[in-house]
Amino acid sequence: MPTVKEILETMDYGPAPESASEVMAWLKDRDDFGHFIDGGFTKPGDGFATENPATGEVLAKVTQGSAQDIEAAVKAARRAAPKWAGLSGHERAKYLYAIARHLQKRARFLAVLETLDNGKPIRESRDIDIPLAIRHFYHHAGWAELVAEEFPNHAPHGVCGQIIPWNFPLLMLAWKVAPALAAGNTVVLKPAEYTPLTALAFAEICAEIGLPKGVVNIVTGDGATGAALVDAEVDKIAFTGSTEVGRIIRRATAGTGKALTLELGGKSPFIVFPDADLDAAVEGVVDAIWFNQGQVCCAGSRILVSEAVAQEFTARLTARLHKLRVGDPLDKCTDMGAIVHPTQLARIRELVSQGEAAGATLVQPETQLPAKGSFFAPGLLTGAEPANPASVEEIFGPVATLTTFRTPAEAVQLANTTRYGLSASIWSENVTLAMDIAAQVKAGVVWINCTNQFDAGAGFGGMRESGFGREGGREGMLAYLKTPEPKAKPEAKAPDFAAQPSPDTPSTATIDRTPKLYIGGKQARPDSGQSYTIAVKGRELGLAPLGSRKDIRNAVEAAHKAGGWGKQTGHNRAQVLYYIAENLAARAGEFAARLKEAGHDPKEAEATVQRAFYYAAWADKLDGAVKSTQSAKVTVAMNEPWGVMGIACPDAAPLLGFASLVLPAIAMGNRVIAVPAQSMPLMATDLYQVFDTSDLPGGVVNIVTGPRDELAKTLAQHDDVAAMWYCGGPEGRAMVEAESAGNLKATWVMENRDWAQAQGRAFLTRATQIKTIWVPYGE
Amino acid sequence: MTKWLKDLVPFASLLANLQSGSLMTSPTIDLHPPRNPGMPLDLSWFDRIAVNTPAAQARAAQLSTRRSLKKEWQAAWLVNAIRCIDLTTLAGDDTEARVARLCAKARRPLADHILDGLGLDHVQTGAVCVYPTMVRAAVRALEGSGIPVASVATGFPAGLMPMNLRLAEILYAVEEGAAEIDIVISRAHVLEGNWQALYDEIAAMREACGDAHLKAILATGELGSLRNVYKASMVAMLAGADFIKTSTGKEGVNATLPVSLTMVRALRDYGAKTGYKIGFKPAGGLKTAKDALAWQILMREEMGTEWLQPHLFRIGASSLLGDIERQLEHHVTGRYASSSRHALA
Repeated sequence: MPTVKEILETMDYGPAPESASEVMAWLKDRDDFGHFIDGGFTKPGDGFATENPATGEVLAKVTQGSAQDIEAAVKAARRAAPKWAGLSGHERAKYLYAIARHLQKRARFLAVLETLDNGKPIRESRDIDIPLAIRHFYHHAGWAELVAEEFPNHAPHGVCGQIIPWNFPLLMLAWKVAPALAAGNTVVLKPAEYTPLTALAFAEICAEIGLPKGVVNIVTGDGATGAALVDAEVDKIAFTGSTEVGRIIRRATAGTGKALTLELGGKSPFIVFPDADLDAAVEGVVDAIWFNQGQVCCAGSRILVSEAVAQEFTARLTARLHKLRVGDPLDKCTDMGAIVHPTQLARIRELVSQGEAAGATLVQPETQLPAKGSFFAPGLLTGAEPANPASVEEIFGPVATLTTFRTPAEAVQLANTTRYGLSASIWSENVTLAMDIAAQVKAGVVWINCTNQFDAGAGFGGMRESGFGREGGREGMLAYLKTPEPKAKPEAKAPDFAAQPSPDTPSTATIDRTPKLYIGGKQARPDSGQSYTIAVKGRELGLAPLGSRKDIRNAVEAAHKAGGWGKQTGHNRAQVLYYIAENLAARAGEFAARLKEAGHDPKEAEATVQRAFYYAAWADKLDGAVKSTQSAKVTVAMNEPWGVMGIACPDAAPLLGFASLVLPAIAMGNRVIAVPAQSMPLMATDLYQVFDTSDLPGGVVNIVTGPRDELAKTLAQHDDVAAMWYCGGPEGRAMVEAESAGNLKATWVMENRDWAQAQGRAFLTRATQIKTIWVPYGE
Repeated sequence: MTKWLKDLVPFASLLANLQSGSLMTSPTIDLHPPRNPGMPLDLSWFDRIAVNTPAAQARAAQLSTRRSLKKEWQAAWLVNAIRCIDLTTLAGDDTEARVARLCAKARRPLADHILDGLGLDHVQTGAVCVYPTMVRAAVRALEGSGIPVASVATGFPAGLMPMNLRLAEILYAVEEGAAEIDIVISRAHVLEGNWQALYDEIAAMREACGDAHLKAILATGELGSLRNVYKASMVAMLAGADFIKTSTGKEGVNATLPVSLTMVRALRDYGAKTGYKIGFKPAGGLKTAKDALAWQILMREEMGTEWLQPHLFRIGASSLLGDIERQLEHHVTGRYASSSRHALA
C-alpha cells in the first residue's frame, strides 16, 4: 500500500472494494441450487455453473429446468392461483409490502450478489437496480390494494410464465413479478441462464416473508427451459429479451389464447441539437451507452448530432470517454464492469469489428483492462453511416455509433430509420423543438435532456419490433388483467369466391351497381380484374371486387400517405365522425333497406349512426396522464395511434361490425385497411360514398373486399402495418398471430360477437399505444 | 488606466507603480502558470451558453457516488484538502489576536501526533483569508511560513460601495501585504445582463491588484441561474481573474456542487480557448471532510489532478479544517476523535 506521502504526489483514487464475504458465505452454504417450486427448493439436478464474469470463477451450480420441472411449477402455480386471486387486495398488498421491505433490508446483500453474478459495477446495482426493484414492489403493493376499485370488471389471467434477461436480473424480476402478483396472478419465472442467483435469493425472501406456496415459482435453465415454459399450460407469457427470441415466442403462442407481452431489443437514437447543453448531453451518453456495459435494451446507442456542434460534441465526448474507469465491478470507483459472459463479449467484438470493416472508426481509451474476466473497453464508432451494420444491429455492448444530421427533420428521419422503437433521448434547451421531436420519434419512451430514467409508476415498453405491452404504472397493471370475453356468435358461411358468372343467382337490381375497392379516397378496380358474386337466397345482390395482395399493398401505401390524420386534433377527427353520422343518418333508410334485402338486421344502420356519435365523442377524450414518478421530472403518458392498421372484419353484422372496429381506430388517429364482411361487403362499399361526402381525408379508411383470411394474411405479414385486428375463426386467429411475428405488430384477435354491444374504452386502448415522455425541469 | 483609478489620491506611490507598469511586469512565482492577462470582451464566448440545471444536478450527485476514497487514499486526499484551504475569518468581531490564532493554525493545521501518524513532515494551509484591516496582522503572524495572505476587498460582501472606494480598498490591502485579493462583483451587472459593465469593473480591479492575484467572487447564490453563473465566470476570466470563486459565505446559498461544476466547466472552456489556467475556489458551505472529498473529486474528474493543487484550487472555509483533523486522527488512531483535543483555529 502506498504511503500518504506518495499518494499526495499522484492523487490516485486507490481501491475501494465492497465486501463480498456475506454473499460468498451464502453461496458456500448453498453450493448447488434446485428450483423453487411450490414454496420449497427442489433437489439440485443436472445443470450448469454460473460464473462471476469479472473473474471467471464459478459462483454456484444451478439446475437445468426440464419440461417436467416446468410442468411441476405450472401445476403448483395453478393450484395456488384461485386462493391467491381470491384474497382481498389488501391481503395481497401486505405480502407485496413485505417483499418490498425485505428487499430493502437485504439491499446490500442483493447488490453484491447481482454484481458478482452479472459483472455490473456495484455503484449501479447499489444505486439503481436494487432501489428500483424495491420501488417496484412498493408501488405494486399499492396496486394490489386498489386493484378492485381501479380496475372494475377485470380479473387476473391466472398463471403467468415470465422469462427475463441477464442485464438487470433482479430488476426485471421485479418488473414481472410485482404487477403479476398485485393483479392476482401466480407466476412461474425463468431467470436468465447467465444470472440466476438474485432470483434464487428472491425465492428465499418469498419463503422468508411467508408468501403462500406456489404463488411464485422459479425454474432455472437455458433457452430450452424457456421454450418449455412458453409451451406449458400458462395463461400469459411475459418476455423480456431479444427480438429474435420474441419472434419465436410470438409464433409459438399464436392461436393458443395465451396473452403475450414482449419487451425486446432496441437501437435507440440519442439526438443532440445545437442548442443543447453539450456537457449535459455528454454525461447523457455516459448514462446511456456506458451504463451497465451498454447491455441495456433502451441504451442510446445511435448518437445523432447536429453538424453545427458535431466537432465540439465529439471532442468533449471523447475526452469524457477517456476518464471512464473500467475494472473490478465490486470497486466503488468503477464506472464499467465486466461483460456478462464470454459469449456476449465475443458477439460485441464481432459486431464492432464489422462496424470498423464497414468504414467506422473505433475510438476507445487506452485503459488497462483486467487480465482475466470478460472486459471490453467503452467506445464510440464515429463515421458510422446509417448503412453500416454497427448502426443497424443492436450491439448490446458499450459502443455507440455517432453520425451527424443537418436539420430537425433529418434527425427524425434518421432516428426512425430502424426496425426498433424502444426509446429515444432528445437534447435541446428549446422546449418547442424537443416536444416536436418527441412527438415524431417512434419510441415507447422518450427522455428529453435525460436518459435511462425509470420508475414503477411510468410505463416502459416499445413500439415496432421492440415489442408490445407496457411495464409499470396503470398500463403495466392492465397487461396482467383481463376483461370477460364477450359471448361468441357464429359467423356466416364463407361465400364462393369464384370469379366465373353465376347464372343461377340472377340479379335483383333495376340498375346495376358497381362496388369497387376504396383506396386512398378513390374507387379502384381490383388488381385481379375479377369479381365474386354476393348472393342472398338464390338472388345476386351484386358483384364485389375480388381483392388480392397487390390491392392490400396499394391500400397500405395510400394509408401511409394519409399521415396527417393522426396529427389532427381530436376535435377535428370528431367533426369528421359526426359528419359521417350525419350523412349516414340522412341515408339510414336506404342502408336499412339494403341490410334487410341482404338478410341482415336493418337496425344496424341506426346503430352505426350511434356508434359514429360514440367515437366522435371519444375522439378528443382519451386523455393521457401525468405520472407521479420522481421529483422535478414531468412524466407524461401520451396515447398515440399505431399509425397504419389492418382490420379484418367479422363475417356478420356487415355494417355495424365494420363500423365497430373501424370507427374507434380512426377516432384515435389511425389509418385503416379494412377487409369488410367477406360474404356481404356491399354495406361497407356503400359506406365509402358517405365517407366521400363527410370530409374524411382519402387514405384514412381503405376498403379491400375479398377472401378475408387471404387478405388478412397479407396484412399480417406486411412490415409497414403497425397493428392488426382480426375477427374470425380459430385458424384465422392463429394465422394472424403467427404471421404478425415478421414485424412483431401488435394484434388483437377475436371471435364474432354481438356487435350491438361492441363499443367501449377497450376498443380505444387497443387502438393506441402509450408513449411515455420524461422532461426534467428546474432552474 | 481607468478613470476611477485616476481619481484615487491617497495611494500615490502604488499608482505610480501601476502607471509605470512595474508591478504588472514583475515575474510570477515558479509554482504558478503564466497569469491570465484577460482578453477583450467577446459576448460570443458565452451569450448563448446552455446550462441544463437538472442535468448539472444529476452529474453533481453522481460525482460522489461514482468515486470513493478509502484508507490511506482518503487520508491523503484530506491532507490535500488542507493544503488547498484558504483558512478564513471574516467576522465583525475579528481582532488581531484572533487573526494571529488563525494563522498559527494555518501554519500547523494538524497536531503533531496526527502528522507523525500520517508519515508527513509538514502541512500548511493554502492561505489565510481576512478583511483588509487584518492583513497586516496576518502577514506578521505568517512571516517566514510562505503562506500567502488573501484579503477580501471591494466592499465585501455586498460590493455596493462607490467604485473608487472599492478600488482604494484593493490598493490598501495590497499595500498592507495581501498577495491575493478576493473581490466581489456587482450582482446587478449580471442580473441586468450588463456584461460590459461587469467586465470593466473586474478589469479595473485586476489592474488595481497589480501583482496580487485576483479571485473573483461571483456570489452565485444571488445570480439566479446556472447560465448566469457561467456567463459571470466567463466575463470575470475575460477581465483577467486568476481565480473564480463561488461565494462570500454570506449569501443564503453558498458553494454547491452544481454551481461549482458550471464554473469549472467555464474555466475549462476558457482554458481551451486561451491556454490560460484559471483557479477555482468554492467557499461557504464546505463544512465536512466528506464535502472536501466531493469537491476534490469534482476537480479531478472534470479537470484532472493539476487542479488539485493550491495554485489552481482553493477551498474557502473556516470550520472544515476541524472536521478534517478529526477524521485524520481517526485514521491514525483507529478511535473516533474529539475536537476538544485539537488546537482551535
